[in-house]
Amino acid sequence: MSKVFIIVQANEEARPIVEALVQDNPNAVVQESPAMVRVEAEGSLTLNRSTVEALTGQPFDIQQLHINLISISGHIDEEDDYLTVAWNN
Amino acid sequence: MDMNVSKKKLGIKERYAHMTRGLGWEPTYQPAEAVFPYDKYEGIKIHDWDKWVDPFRLTMDAYWKYQGEKDRKLYAVIEAFAQNNGHLNITDARYLSAIKLFWQGVSPLENYVVQGFARAGRHFRGEASRIACQMQAVDELRHYQTQTHSISNYNKYYNGFHSQRHMWDRVWYLSVPKSFGEDALSAGPFEFLIAISFSFEYVLTNLLFVPFMSGAAYNGDMSTVTFGFSAQSDESRHMTLGIEAIKFLLEQDPANVPIVQGWIDKWFWRGSKVLALVGMMMDYMLPKRVMSWKEAWEIYAEENGGALFRDLARYGIRPPKGWADACEAKNHISHQIWLLFYEYGGATAFHTWSPTNEELDWLSAKYPDSFDKYYRPRLEFLRDKHARGGRVYQTTLPALCTTCQIPLCFTEPGDPTKISHRETVHEGEKYVFCSGHCQEIFSNEPEKFVQSWLPVNQIYQGNCFNPDVDPTAPDFDPLKAVLEYFHYNLGRDNGDFEGSEDQQNFAKWRGQAGHN
Amino acid sequence: MSVEIKAVEIKPLRNTFTNVAELIGGDKPASRYQEATLGNQATAHMHYRPTWEPEFELFDPRRSAIQMREWYDLRDPRQLYYSSWTIQRAKEQETQEANFDFVESRRLHLSLPPDVKKLAVDVLIPLRHAAWGANMNNNEFCSRAFSEVLISPAIMQAMDNLGIAQYLTRLGLILDEPEILDTAKKQWMDSPAWQPLRHMTEDTFVIRDFMEIFVAQNFVIDGLLYPLIYDRFVDDTLTSRGGSAIAMMTSFMPLWFGQSSKWVDGVIKVVVAESEHNKALITQWTTQWRNRTIAALTPIAAMAFGDHQQTMLDEVVEQFNARAKKLGMTV
Repeated sequence: MSKVFIIVQANEEARPIVEALVQDNPNAVVQESPAMVRVEAEGSLTLNRSTVEALTGQPFDIQQLHINLISISGHIDEEDDYLTVAWNN
Repeated sequence: MDMNVSKKKLGIKERYAHMTRGLGWEPTYQPAEAVFPYDKYEGIKIHDWDKWVDPFRLTMDAYWKYQGEKDRKLYAVIEAFAQNNGHLNITDARYLSAIKLFWQGVSPLENYVVQGFARAGRHFRGEASRIACQMQAVDELRHYQTQTHSISNYNKYYNGFHSQRHMWDRVWYLSVPKSFGEDALSAGPFEFLIAISFSFEYVLTNLLFVPFMSGAAYNGDMSTVTFGFSAQSDESRHMTLGIEAIKFLLEQDPANVPIVQGWIDKWFWRGSKVLALVGMMMDYMLPKRVMSWKEAWEIYAEENGGALFRDLARYGIRPPKGWADACEAKNHISHQIWLLFYEYGGATAFHTWSPTNEELDWLSAKYPDSFDKYYRPRLEFLRDKHARGGRVYQTTLPALCTTCQIPLCFTEPGDPTKISHRETVHEGEKYVFCSGHCQEIFSNEPEKFVQSWLPVNQIYQGNCFNPDVDPTAPDFDPLKAVLEYFHYNLGRDNGDFEGSEDQQNFAKWRGQAGHN
Repeated sequence: MSVEIKAVEIKPLRNTFTNVAELIGGDKPASRYQEATLGNQATAHMHYRPTWEPEFELFDPRRSAIQMREWYDLRDPRQLYYSSWTIQRAKEQETQEANFDFVESRRLHLSLPPDVKKLAVDVLIPLRHAAWGANMNNNEFCSRAFSEVLISPAIMQAMDNLGIAQYLTRLGLILDEPEILDTAKKQWMDSPAWQPLRHMTEDTFVIRDFMEIFVAQNFVIDGLLYPLIYDRFVDDTLTSRGGSAIAMMTSFMPLWFGQSSKWVDGVIKVVVAESEHNKALITQWTTQWRNRTIAALTPIAAMAFGDHQQTMLDEVVEQFNARAKKLGMTV
């Protein structure tokens, strides 16, 4: 399986996104670099709206990811409730 | 909240379809060929534009909301940076050379592609693809303008930033990114999309922004890291446009596959050459380094690009022709380019210098297979020479590759001691190249590349002097005349960092900042 | 490492970039608008001719018959650059969103008089295609224009046009089931009332002179359509008949038109004042597209205003002619 990744800025708004990714994707690996956090996993990564909302107690729109997103790899499937990146190999 | 329960609640995909595809129509009062004249001549066949997939479904209302939020944050940082003399927080004034090169050579490309994406955003027949291109057009405008506003503060205090606009059209090393951008813009809309959105944005742009901007953060440059990451949040959308575009073209018709493969071969190679400049920025110009160019290449090109090309194999696409050579070059390219710029440091609008021992050791550790053997001795020789008062400044003009326009400084695949050099005779004229791949790009489109404006050739022809100079005057200094034509402030913009005005001012201002 | 630097006063070496200084009368502090848009156009040593239009250089002012000694004179009085544009639109979007929410939460769209709702739907929803046409034209204008001072506001205008097309789509989705959008598209494609407008819109798609595109779309077509539809039809006719919910849901459009007109007027005024040659061309384009637009809007005015159609059209045309006159034209 090829690796996919989601990289976000290292800041307060992105923190629950990273936490949600770790919580929902058991094989996710987190790497921190200056000013950024990279979450990677074999095959696919899913960000669930409900997980972020449970972590923050606030409503979350999947598209809010755009504000702090730095990079992403793989094919993207975006719905109201989740966003998945995956490779088909 | 929608309290009107009797009505259908639309999901994001359905709603987005109404907001985009539903808007267009087939013209009947004007022939479609007159309304969309540019989407056939490249030979790409599209049977059903509705098969285009929209990965991110941003409508303008959400676009304004999120972009407005991003820009409020970004400009707060730019403002604070200017008000608090944030430039004095960078690690070392040598770092500024990286930002100068970025401003001189990368920012104008952001500006260039605004019109390219507006053209694609007007001339593709499918509405969804058009809107994705339009959003990228306006995003690229954002990148150019936010970079201008971030760099504006540096320009007030340091040299080399002031005449980017004038230099872009003239300076020898800037013809590398300029010809890259103009090659893409002068191509048809599909090639443009593969060149920029796929080959550059998807395969290569992570290399430019992610490790480099993290490096900016590491070196205390909050202004650059903020515009860099803020731009990168748009790039994520642009990369997605790149991958959707390529899947779409490949799925539409098998006849598209060889055309697209040719573009991937060409633009991967073109892009990897432009990024050699970034390799040098990362390995040599950042006083504190996050990762080496080689490591960045391995993560973002080999690992991520590898996954991508495994994925595209089912369409009959193979990795780009230059892939193996570009991967081999990860051990060499940043050192070769740095040595070139160091030796031509009299003619660059940024400073170069000799790395410290600690920096040389870092490079030795990061490049165990190449640095000590091929590059460290040369760097140490140059440093010793400079210490003895003999800073090396090359004054003979190098031969330029007709395609990528980089001086011939790269070595043969498999032999890092031999400068790679190719020649083609076309209609009685001789053209030189840095590599077999650049030679092949020329051979595929000779009618385009014979037009290349090669700065060195132009200098020899006397086309790079200001109109008021007299080349027949007894005291005529051609090199000085060329640098004046470039609008360099001689002795301030160019030359070694050691003793430069930037070095002195930074030390003085920082000294003032630390004392009463 | 962080240094305490607040107390330091450092004298800058220069105030702005040389390309900006040359256009603002010397090296002095420049505004963000000026640094973003002045003197940034590549002008020399272009490498390759465009394969899609080899008769021109890649960047070439000859893509318009208009002649300017200095294209950077065509500045935007709003002084918008990306950030000020997107932040301003974000604020306006917030208001617009609140308006949609207000209407829906109080079910104002359900209490519209049925004939008013039908009229609003018939007149407004097909206009999303006209806004999409404007989007196409401003992308074309952007891609062919010379100098950032035009390119930058052009792409913002194009995105504004798209935003308006999408607001009209949302209006349709609030007023009725999604099928209403298909019905409106059928009208746009087939109903006799909409054909002159669609015909004219398609004719603008083949204009290649970028300044003619600008004049036709942003000055003439918008200049007649917006006052007729949003001032007279939505704000007067519909509101007086109990349709103020519609006005709330389209409040962005007249607001935007006011802003866009400032830019358009600012550009045209300078072009016309530049030379008799320019003045004659702009006048000719204005007259030609004005007459087409009046004819195209006539059947829509009949639908919108019934017996008052002529009065409404005459008022709008008179207002437009006065605007053209102020810009130095006799039309």
